[in-house]
Amino acid sequence: MSGHGDEHAHGHVSVDELKLAEEFTGAQAGGEGQVATADAAEYALRLGDDALVLAQQLGMWIARAPELEEDVALGNIALDLIGHARSLLHYAGTATGRSEDDLAYWRDEPEWRNAWLFEQPNGDFAHTITRQLAASVYLVELYARLADSTDATLAAIAAKSLKEVDYHRDHATQWVLRLAGGTDESRRRMIAAITDTWPYVDELFHDDELVERLTADDVAVLPSTLREPFDAVIDAVLAEAELELPSGRTAFIAAGGGREGRHTEHLGPLLAEMQVLARAHPGASW
Amino acid sequence: MSTPGETGTEAWPLWEVFVRANRGLSHVHVGSLHAPDPDMAVRNARDLYTRRGEGISIWVVPAEAITTSDPDAKGAFFESPAGKNYRHAVYYTKSEGVKHL
Repeated sequence: MSGHGDEHAHGHVSVDELKLAEEFTGAQAGGEGQVATADAAEYALRLGDDALVLAQQLGMWIARAPELEEDVALGNIALDLIGHARSLLHYAGTATGRSEDDLAYWRDEPEWRNAWLFEQPNGDFAHTITRQLAASVYLVELYARLADSTDATLAAIAAKSLKEVDYHRDHATQWVLRLAGGTDESRRRMIAAITDTWPYVDELFHDDELVERLTADDVAVLPSTLREPFDAVIDAVLAEAELELPSGRTAFIAAGGGREGRHTEHLGPLLAEMQVLARAHPGASW
Repeated sequence: MSTPGETGTEAWPLWEVFVRANRGLSHVHVGSLHAPDPDMAVRNARDLYTRRGEGISIWVVPAEAITTSDPDAKGAFFESPAGKNYRHAVYYTKSEGVKHL
């Protein structure tokens, strides 16, 4: 395009700016785009960070999955989650005048609000699938209830995301059944994955002052109330797969603390990889 | 079928995918994919071929279940209609007084 290619080492590469759908920016709800309250913004940040961290993890499977088709399946799930994260972080940013990119690329580890489950490493395919099962069953129950939120933007995001996480749940369920009922080796890995993953499930259902305040106004869903429906779905899947949750010596509950910015050793490297390009070239677009 | 993982070169079976774009249209062959079983083949097809709203219905068929015509017998199979224009409806002139044709 320009004759002076030297000015820009990479030439004039530009992609049409991606615009969020109207319901995600709150245009339909508030006319000019709804601005989140401080509490709603913090809540949206938690949900957005859950989605973005999980998406980043799943992206690492691309070109490494057992088959090309599974590369595509996990990649598609990751893209769905990035869509949810964009909407939620965009909304969270309206409270403080920050963009979704500001929140994704310019926050350090203690400022991230995702639960520990989402930052746990991919491990082998069985570990990834087990994390997907716990995450997607939780998200289906959460978004189904959040779709009735009195906060119009959160309700719209939840309603739109629900269909997608419902597919993620189906994908995870199908693989749990196949790994558990496959070979001795796949079943051994599936059992190990459940043992390793389940300690991080409990944190998803922790209540705190923020969600209690938001629940009083029917903005948020009280996490503890999701536990029962979550367990019912998980129990049914595990029963069909003839698997059991860890008990006795192998069972423990991780401390958690992601909602307050305390994280396991896995989040730092993940953020470093995700943020390095944006931080090396601030404001760049491609 | 052999035990998965027994050999390094083993791959999932191949499936042919047919997608129907709209009610009233027929399923059209769109491509093929690998999957361990029919249920996963439908899901993989959904991810590979219907992400952009291309269809409302998917069929998958094991590729090995399809019997094909012999590419080397093309002449005998497909060239005999040459010169037989009378096999096309347009070869005939419409009789007077026939409506809706």
